[in-house]
Amino acid sequence: MDLNFTPEERAFREEARRFFRTEVPEKIRRKVEEGHHLSKEDIVTSQRILNARGWAVPAWPREWGGQDWSPAQMYLYQDEMQQANVPSPLPFNVSMVGPVIAEFANEEQKRRFLPATANLDIWWCQGFSEPGAGSDLASLRTSARRVGDKYIVNGQKTWTTLAQHADWIFNLVRTDPSAKKQEGISFLLIDMKTHGIKVRPIQTIDGGHEVNEVFFDDVEVPAENLVGEENKGWDYAKFLLGHERTGIARVGISKARIKRIKELAALERIGGRPLIEDQHFREKLAAVEIELKALEMTQLRVVADERKRERGKPNPASSILKLKGSVIQQLTTELLMEVVGPHAMPYQPSEEGRNEPIIGPEYATEAAPTYFNYRKVSIYGGSNEIQRNIVAKAILGL
Amino acid sequence: MDFDLTDEQRLLKDSVDRLITERYDFESRNKYRAEPEGWSRALWEQYAELGLLGLPFPESYGGFGGGPVETMIVMEAFGRGLAVEPYFATVVLGGGLIHQAGSEEQKSALLPQIASGEALLAFAHVERQSRYDLANVTTRAHRADGGWRINGEKSIVLHGDVADQLIVSARTSGSPSDRAGIGLFLVDAKDVTRRGYPLQDGLRAAEVKLDDARAEPLSNPEGALSVAEQVVDAAIGALCAEAVGVMQSMHELTLDYLKTRRQFGRPIGDFQALQHRAVDMYVALEQARSMALFATMMAAEEDPAERRRAITAAKAQIGRSGRHIGQEAIQLHGGIGMTMEYKVGHAFKRMTMIDIMFGDAGAHTEELARLGGLFGT
Repeated sequence: MDLNFTPEERAFREEARRFFRTEVPEKIRRKVEEGHHLSKEDIVTSQRILNARGWAVPAWPREWGGQDWSPAQMYLYQDEMQQANVPSPLPFNVSMVGPVIAEFANEEQKRRFLPATANLDIWWCQGFSEPGAGSDLASLRTSARRVGDKYIVNGQKTWTTLAQHADWIFNLVRTDPSAKKQEGISFLLIDMKTHGIKVRPIQTIDGGHEVNEVFFDDVEVPAENLVGEENKGWDYAKFLLGHERTGIARVGISKARIKRIKELAALERIGGRPLIEDQHFREKLAAVEIELKALEMTQLRVVADERKRERGKPNPASSILKLKGSVIQQLTTELLMEVVGPHAMPYQPSEEGRNEPIIGPEYATEAAPTYFNYRKVSIYGGSNEIQRNIVAKAILGL
Repeated sequence: MDFDLTDEQRLLKDSVDRLITERYDFESRNKYRAEPEGWSRALWEQYAELGLLGLPFPESYGGFGGGPVETMIVMEAFGRGLAVEPYFATVVLGGGLIHQAGSEEQKSALLPQIASGEALLAFAHVERQSRYDLANVTTRAHRADGGWRINGEKSIVLHGDVADQLIVSARTSGSPSDRAGIGLFLVDAKDVTRRGYPLQDGLRAAEVKLDDARAEPLSNPEGALSVAEQVVDAAIGALCAEAVGVMQSMHELTLDYLKTRRQFGRPIGDFQALQHRAVDMYVALEQARSMALFATMMAAEEDPAERRRAITAAKAQIGRSGRHIGQEAIQLHGGIGMTMEYKVGHAFKRMTMIDIMFGDAGAHTEELARLGGLFGT
């Protein structure tokens, strides 16, 4: 038993740290650090820099650009990337549709989609949730009716993140309405420019526009865009949701935010002294740091365990990472808002070409919106209640 | 980075786990507690035969050269069984202090006796006003007749009622709370007045009065605080491992209960409200286990500030997880959790005492806050 990384792993960490902090533009990393929304261009630029080095899709199979890294390297890569405030490569491409295509699609689809997906030449969005299918995802109703060499798709998806930027959507559709609900679902790739698709923005409580509704009205999709077999889509979706989940704890992101909390708490003053010297505040922060350290150790244990597990099989322990990781992320956003105090109050969305001077310190503008926005992390990707159901069943045998 | 046990460690774990499973069911534990000293001399001999009592000492002193991981393995198993023998007091604390602070002569004399089960030790450091501060010492040591004498009172000396030798912290110079001027002294139990009593969890302790008691210094009588801190930090790591065993036991008992107790025509574990609470207990357990591992791997860290930060964070996590799991275990058991006839309540009490020992979750969170936290510094 040894907490230390090997000399090779330590060298890898150094290499990753240097790369992330020198090659990814400071301007983009600062936006992440300060909690501003990234433009499409920011995300594309960053991912292409990573991809040029072969670091956008390290977990993919080697022939499609993967790196065959050890779990420890994978952990170090994510940790350094997050601590450097580098935007994660688009998860819809890298952690979701990419691995599904690599695992289940035919050769032609792989050649067509995988390189473009890694380089973010194609921006994917995820067509899973529907108004009537949230936690109970398998009850989805968007239909795909086979007519000749086409599917005719009708229905509605929702909570579709960044659909406004997307070129393609990977969609769960019902191809057999008479089958048991998990068994009539297929995994279909759809070009967002196809006639009959409409995207409507949903403004979230932070004032931002991340999610959308996507409507399908007699959308014609070539049958060749089906991934794998018809009516096997639920299996592929489960594979997708279980893939690469150790990064879900987002420990590096919480570490970066704690660093920022400490920096800002040194600037804010309470009773004439820097807030960071206030013992009550320090204890609240220390309590979160302890939980975060424990989570990091838990993550390392899961990572170490990955070596012994069958590839592609979801590890129920990742539910713990999601549960605890989401709550800690939320706590850090809460603390950051407390740090800036009343300066959190003015609503000042970042807009291009703003003329008015900023009210209060510039670092305070995103504190409350980030707090509001992060309520999502215990809801998306299987809400924390769903994660508890998974652990109760799969680990505790209840 | 590696969380695997070596083959030897795995063998140790198998044998200690088997011992606890076979000899430490709840009824046996009640019998051991009813013995005159509140624990089992017969089991103590068995621990000696298995090599557990000399585990952390070098082979040259009759030990087995184990490190923090070996101690963790034993303590976690003892935690599962709620073992009441004075292992922590004698081997981890007492043996640790002799090993780290003792002279060659003292080590040669005492460590083999601990390993063979002949000598019992206790660490007398708490005083009425000291709370969790090892440096807060008013007990005084002075030179007399070419030796040392100690005057003062020590409180809540774990297993001090049976110890043959006490290791006493005493001030040789300075005022209470000065870091300098503290020595560690070996005192024969026959030279003190003591009053033994049970703690809340059934383990035993003593109040100790030293009235010009003859004493023999371990290490430097003027500056033994840092070595005491080093041993206590490692001991806290061991306590964290014990706590994980206690928590795991409470969680397993609760799961069994949820699966077997029927109300409204079905096992109560069918109810989602209870399932989710059992999951939250599990998450708290895994977080605690992670930090116990962290403490174990940092116990021998050479930089005392880094070591202390790790240990203090671990103890805080253990305390918090332990309270959560313990309180929930009682609640999910309902009435049966409140009775002395059932193990879970005893585990809850042991966990509560572990939380308090060497500083509870709040005290350690406060200390970590003063030290500047864990990240971004």
